[in-house]
Amino acid sequence: MFADFDFDVIVRSLPYLFFHGMAFTLTLTALSLAGSLVLGTLIALMQLSSMRVLSLLAAGYVNLMRALPLVLIIFWFYFLLPWIGQWVTGASRPIQVGAFTSALITFTLFEAAYFAEIMRAGIQSIPKGQIAASQALGMTYWQTMGYVVLPQAFRAMIPLILTQTIILFQDTSLVYVLSIPDFLGAASKVAQRDGRLVEMYLFAAAVYFIISFAASTYVRRLQMRIAVVR
Amino acid sequence: MNYHWNWAIFWEPSPEGWGTYGDMLLSGLYWTLATSIAAWIMALVLGVIVGVLRTMPYRIPAAFAYAYVELFRNIPLLVQMFLWFFVMPELVPAEFGRWLKQMPNAPFYTAVISLGFFTSARVAEQVRAGVDALPRGQRMAGTALGLRLTQVYRYVLMPMVFRIILPPLTSEFLNCIKNSSVALTIGLMELTARARSMQEFSFQVFEAFTAATLLYVAINLVVTFGMRWLEKSVAVPGYIGSSRT
Repeated sequence: MFADFDFDVIVRSLPYLFFHGMAFTLTLTALSLAGSLVLGTLIALMQLSSMRVLSLLAAGYVNLMRALPLVLIIFWFYFLLPWIGQWVTGASRPIQVGAFTSALITFTLFEAAYFAEIMRAGIQSIPKGQIAASQALGMTYWQTMGYVVLPQAFRAMIPLILTQTIILFQDTSLVYVLSIPDFLGAASKVAQRDGRLVEMYLFAAAVYFIISFAASTYVRRLQMRIAVVR
Repeated sequence: MNYHWNWAIFWEPSPEGWGTYGDMLLSGLYWTLATSIAAWIMALVLGVIVGVLRTMPYRIPAAFAYAYVELFRNIPLLVQMFLWFFVMPELVPAEFGRWLKQMPNAPFYTAVISLGFFTSARVAEQVRAGVDALPRGQRMAGTALGLRLTQVYRYVLMPMVFRIILPPLTSEFLNCIKNSSVALTIGLMELTARARSMQEFSFQVFEAFTAATLLYVAINLVVTFGMRWLEKSVAVPGYIGSSRT
């Protein structure tokens, strides 16, 4: 059954698949990871804040994002951002932001909700005494968080953050619905152009599998190594 | 903003020839629920079997279960859907492949199968975590009473495991419902796909997506409340999360 397979199509399109498609996928993953970690930490701090308005706002945001499918959110922002752009700049027409910007903003805002939950758990795992001790030393709220609580929270949550990053990496394939040539989009374009769906999709699956499996095996090792810190 | 809001759009007839735009969204809701419930049943059955195999003291079943989980967890769902939808009919004998392609409702069956396998790997991990979370003594006590291994699982371990992993299973079920939207890429007309086509026909982007959003939030609330009630009624006395002591 593999007799009429044309594996040459994969070799021919390797530069396009990797320098174009995979580069896009990895850039999107890295940038939205950075953005959503910062935003997620801020949302976690809001949720733990003693100001009720802030914590309600943050909880509402997290719950809404987690209730909706990512595909729907991708569509939402794709159509919503031009209007917001128009509103902010006062232009007379909706401003086209481009598929990459819209995907980046979507993933940053969406993943921030998940990272917020991770960071909240991390912050809550720090003993209360440390905060009291920092306050006794005369540290401000931001000093306490920045020098004492958050570094430890990040360290404790590294395995979860990495696992969520693998999920983010896999989820970026959903930009396919905006017909962006990310790795899967590129593979699918070649597949449809050359009529080689079987080869291209199997290859794409293999690449995703190898990267995610290697990453998750590494996370498991890491988890075992840092498991007994306390 | 010079966007033309038109909330009455849901009562206008859709260009598909039957019903209104509102009916269109409701049929999407129906397919979303049908897909995710069917996939969830499949995921529960497979996930429990694979998860139990992973905790068995036999090497080969455990290795098989490990491979199963890693395979279905490390390929994006969208890619898996493409594999089942585009690739599978080409790899089976030609006659069977043609039959698969011509099957009515093919996107639905494909979506259920890929979502079912994908979710089952996650369920399997939760079942394994649940078994591992039980005190070792329970397994030993079961064996000491003279129960066979299957009996230990059937009468001692699994009843506890199901009650322990109910909260993570709830969020996995919600994930399953949300993930069913990925099937729009293979042509399943579920809720998100319906909102998208309503937007394409009527240009009322925000009304369409707002309605879909509200429907998803409503599903979420129903499932969350239902499961919370179930959780309360099967809580194990003496464990965290149980009000009975």
